[in-house]
Amino acid sequence: MWRWLHPYAKPEATYRLVDKLLPWFAAFTVVSLAVGMIWGLAYAPADYQQGDSYRIIYIHVPSAIFSMAAYFAMAVMGAIALIWQIKTAEWAIPAIAPVGAAMTVVALLTGAIWGKPMWGTWWVWDARLTSELILLFLYVGVMALYYAFDDVRTGAKAASILAIVGVVNLPIIHYSVEWWNTLHQGATITKFERPSIATSMLWPLLVSLLGFKLLTISLVMMRFKNELLRHELHRPWAQKELSADKELSDGV
Amino acid sequence: MTKPVTTQRVNTDTPLLHADGVSSIRGGRVLFAQLQFALYSGELWQISGANGAGKSTLLRMLAGLLQPSSGGVFFNGHKLAAYRNEFHQQLLYIGHKAAVKPELSALENVFWQRRLGGDKSAQLNDERDWDVLEQLGLLGLEEELTGRLSAGQQRRVALTRLWSSTAELWILDEPFTALDVDGIALLQQRFKQHLDNGGSIIMTSHQPLGLADLPLQQLTLAPLQQEAMSE
Amino acid sequence: MNSWQLWRSVLAKDLRIAARRRSDALNPLMFLLMVVTLFPLGIGPGPDILERIAPGIIWVAALLATLLGLDRLFKDDYNDGSLEQLCLLPEPLAYTLTAKVAAHWLLSGLPLVLLSPLLALLLNLPVDAWWALALSLLLGTPALSALGAIGAALTLQLQRGGSLVSLILLPLFIPLLIFATSAVENAGMGLDVHAQLAILAAISVLTVTLAPLAIAAAVRMSMN
Repeated sequence: MWRWLHPYAKPEATYRLVDKLLPWFAAFTVVSLAVGMIWGLAYAPADYQQGDSYRIIYIHVPSAIFSMAAYFAMAVMGAIALIWQIKTAEWAIPAIAPVGAAMTVVALLTGAIWGKPMWGTWWVWDARLTSELILLFLYVGVMALYYAFDDVRTGAKAASILAIVGVVNLPIIHYSVEWWNTLHQGATITKFERPSIATSMLWPLLVSLLGFKLLTISLVMMRFKNELLRHELHRPWAQKELSADKELSDGV
Repeated sequence: MTKPVTTQRVNTDTPLLHADGVSSIRGGRVLFAQLQFALYSGELWQISGANGAGKSTLLRMLAGLLQPSSGGVFFNGHKLAAYRNEFHQQLLYIGHKAAVKPELSALENVFWQRRLGGDKSAQLNDERDWDVLEQLGLLGLEEELTGRLSAGQQRRVALTRLWSSTAELWILDEPFTALDVDGIALLQQRFKQHLDNGGSIIMTSHQPLGLADLPLQQLTLAPLQQEAMSE
Repeated sequence: MNSWQLWRSVLAKDLRIAARRRSDALNPLMFLLMVVTLFPLGIGPGPDILERIAPGIIWVAALLATLLGLDRLFKDDYNDGSLEQLCLLPEPLAYTLTAKVAAHWLLSGLPLVLLSPLLALLLNLPVDAWWALALSLLLGTPALSALGAIGAALTLQLQRGGSLVSLILLPLFIPLLIFATSAVENAGMGLDVHAQLAILAAISVLTVTLAPLAIAAAVRMSMN
């Protein structure tokens, strides 16, 4: 086991660290998300072809990217949990999975909303949308497996193994879907893959990307804190933490 | 805390198998904690305890099937994980699930047990297998599908491995289950033989062992009233 | 006894047991045949439309039939303790388990290949595409068995793992479905199919090499 990592294998130390970092992440999330959204949705120039409807990329693209990134992070946590048998890494899986799945759903919904003015229909079998749909299935599988076992640790191990298998398959799935898409829908113009983007549109996109990244991390941290408390409920530190929270809310 | 009841020990070398500070936490409940246990060649250990005390769990940990929640198991002084190959060559484990295939006949079951046990000269219809089946009173049933035999007879088919294996260390979970008086006596004689040849046995049983001359040592798993601790 | 002999013994034992329980291997094949029969009944027997959708139908039915047959892969061995004996062999578990996966493929994948001309006939697939269908099944089914074994091993402890196995595995089957059906379609149109078949073979090789690690990890996890 890595020595330097060891202190954070202790749930209490992890909790303290996350607790300390979370407000900062939350604050930066609010700022960058607000800037990115307002800039992108209100001030960025309209597209000469798509008009204002393209603006949904400021939500669609970041959520699609971080839905994939969250799955990758989950698989990394799974590998750490399996190899070094670190329990806190096991608990990161139920913390990440629903957030990633939510990002996937956002990407699917915004894709559908974008599709309506573009193609006149809510759903087309576009490569990225199809990939996102399959990603959602993968998330559902991991979550279903995690909660299927009576023993939490067994569930976590099973979900870790599946997440790793999924991450190995993800590129294969991604490229097969893209290949399939060009094969069957060669005529459809793919609006999602833009070869180039004007700088005035790019900057707000980058800010939104940062915002979504921080949002994903903050949400995961919040869930992770809950997981830590849930699993350590009988330990004194968790009890103390909970009663402190209670006093705080009673005082307000 | 679980205290092993130790009797006088003759051998002071490295134990054949020892458990160092082994704990089991399952579903947030501590089955046993910080268990120390050492077995030397030629010893017979009986692990006893109430239902749910963790006897089978301990056996599975000692056999290397389960990872202890903390602590480690050592074979000839080597950690099991690093020494798996050598350890499993010297180990015969019969769990409460007997690994007998109901679709195969007794003779076929014995053959494949021998085969997977690493005996490359094993043949179907091996002379030795007939001997083993005869000793266990299974003659006349050898062609019958094992699934059609009674529970006691199936158990006997599983226990043929004690005769066919050359392993040094036996780990047996409730070997006497479903056996009749004759079967139990037969098994205990086999134990005696194995111990006399320098082999070792760890077993669980609710039954007291009947043979007075078996050098029995006991480990009792007492129930713990303790909340689970992390790590 | 060397590892190769042991591997063959594990395989031979599984085949012997399967020979005593033939319905286990036959039922998924009958299921496949029936599903394929349902489509002409459901959408009409027009040869044009059948020809169009035949590769997809056959492959989707093959995926479903694979799922159906997965239950017997490890479950019996898990319940009667044979699987823990495999864990206690000196050879690495990831290696010995491939023998069981190979036995499963011989009993579920290979029959699909042999059955494929009949399916092609039923769905009016052009004769040019028959060999592509058989070849796509031959190259794709090893990956199906290996991936299926991961799903089966992960859900060993669960009493009703069936629907969960489908949930886990179907997304992972998608690349195989895409490339296999494309190969069959291309063959029907007289186009080149080497690319698709090569990719199928690559996926199978990759899966068969890597999956045993996941299968072994899942089996060990189930020993709890």
